[in-house]
Amino acid sequence: MPLAIRIIPCLDVADGRVVKGVNFQNLVDAGDPVELASYYAENGADEITFLDISASKDDKKTIIDVVKKTAEAVFVPLTVGGGIRSVEDVDLLLRAGADKVSVNTSAISNPDLINAISKRFGSQVLVISIDARRTGEKFAVSGYEVTTHGGSKSAGLDALAWTKQAVERGAGEVLLNSMDKDGTKDGFDLELISLVKKNINVPLIASGGAGKVSDFAPAVKAGADALLAASIFHFQEVSINQVKAELKANNIEIRTQI
Amino acid sequence: MSKSIVILDYGSGNIRSAEKSLAKVGAKVSISSDYETCLNADGLVIPGVGAFESCMQGIKKVKGQEIVDKRLAGSRKVFGICVGMQIMFENGLEHGVNTPGLHQWPGSVTELKANVLPHMGWNNVEVSKGSQIFNGVESEKFYFVHSYAAKELDLHGTEKISAPLKHYSIHGEKFLSSVENGPLSATQFHPEKSGDAGLQLLANWLESL
Repeated sequence: MPLAIRIIPCLDVADGRVVKGVNFQNLVDAGDPVELASYYAENGADEITFLDISASKDDKKTIIDVVKKTAEAVFVPLTVGGGIRSVEDVDLLLRAGADKVSVNTSAISNPDLINAISKRFGSQVLVISIDARRTGEKFAVSGYEVTTHGGSKSAGLDALAWTKQAVERGAGEVLLNSMDKDGTKDGFDLELISLVKKNINVPLIASGGAGKVSDFAPAVKAGADALLAASIFHFQEVSINQVKAELKANNIEIRTQI
Repeated sequence: MSKSIVILDYGSGNIRSAEKSLAKVGAKVSISSDYETCLNADGLVIPGVGAFESCMQGIKKVKGQEIVDKRLAGSRKVFGICVGMQIMFENGLEHGVNTPGLHQWPGSVTELKANVLPHMGWNNVEVSKGSQIFNGVESEKFYFVHSYAAKELDLHGTEKISAPLKHYSIHGEKFLSSVENGPLSATQFHPEKSGDAGLQLLANWLESL
């Protein structure tokens, strides 16, 4: 299959600065999202994701400014998530230079937002981000529930049913975060990836649990079309190109740079 | 002197990346829907994101058909990107809606027969011999985001006019991922999002102007 598996670093951005878990020795300003995004784009990233975790979620100006500056310097796709509540929010981000937006909590409280965004801009701009966790609760028929607030609250929804519904409503891609694996560094959630992959026909980005180079190939074999990670790359424990070399050694198609 | 490029502004999605990438490879870039400006530029880029039908509606509002017709009649170069390539064909079939395109090329744009759609990510292009725009980047991957494509372009050369150069990619089935046809070139993928390979392709096109 010539379509390459994508490796996507995710940067948490608050008030215009990269926060949480970035430890770069060789950058002038490791807190500058533009500089970090450029660094990743030059070092194997197939896409870049910004997650806006600003405290003041209504102030879109700062993240829009970051997106504008990034789009001037980085020529790989850029996805922006965090605090997107309306079609207007999406419009501003796309105009600033984002290629895709990811929505999570706001789509749970207002599922029609998915339809509205995909109708206006096409499903290819919309990533539905889902924080899933194993549960024994009866409502979660698939064995997984949707969570919010970093996994601390249950949304009372079955994760698989919600994923399918979001795709039917027009999401063009699924970002699946395993809250059981998030932060554990003991590998991606292969069972969850495999379950969701069997039930959707849009690309699947898997997230949560990456701790070493050898964690990535099993996630691809379980069905992921793209793999997203944060701290493993930010702390330079593993480089994106090391991950790609390992995938290639496992006969998985990757993109090499010129 | 740097070449002047106009990106046709008809309300289509993210054109900032197209602007910045062309500027990066040395073009003097502006975004415009002004008729004369679009006719007079050294090169005109037609971007396109979203649905075929809504792109055609936008194109009509800015007299895009006339602009493209006039430019091509005068051998002035035009470059279509993504849906900007698709609308060069006769028509597009999306969700049962049949929308007429700019009809520079015969054939229809239809949904890809693939298990996973959109076709999203970095894919190879089978580059035909003699390509100008792929010079030096024949083996690179480019970034695609689409669910529809033209599968074939049935246009032959004559004694005076050479046949178009057709380049293909595969996602579920084979489709046209790029065409070079005299003054009209187009890519189904996004060169402005394809890293250094994409910048090189745009630089090659710029050099041809």
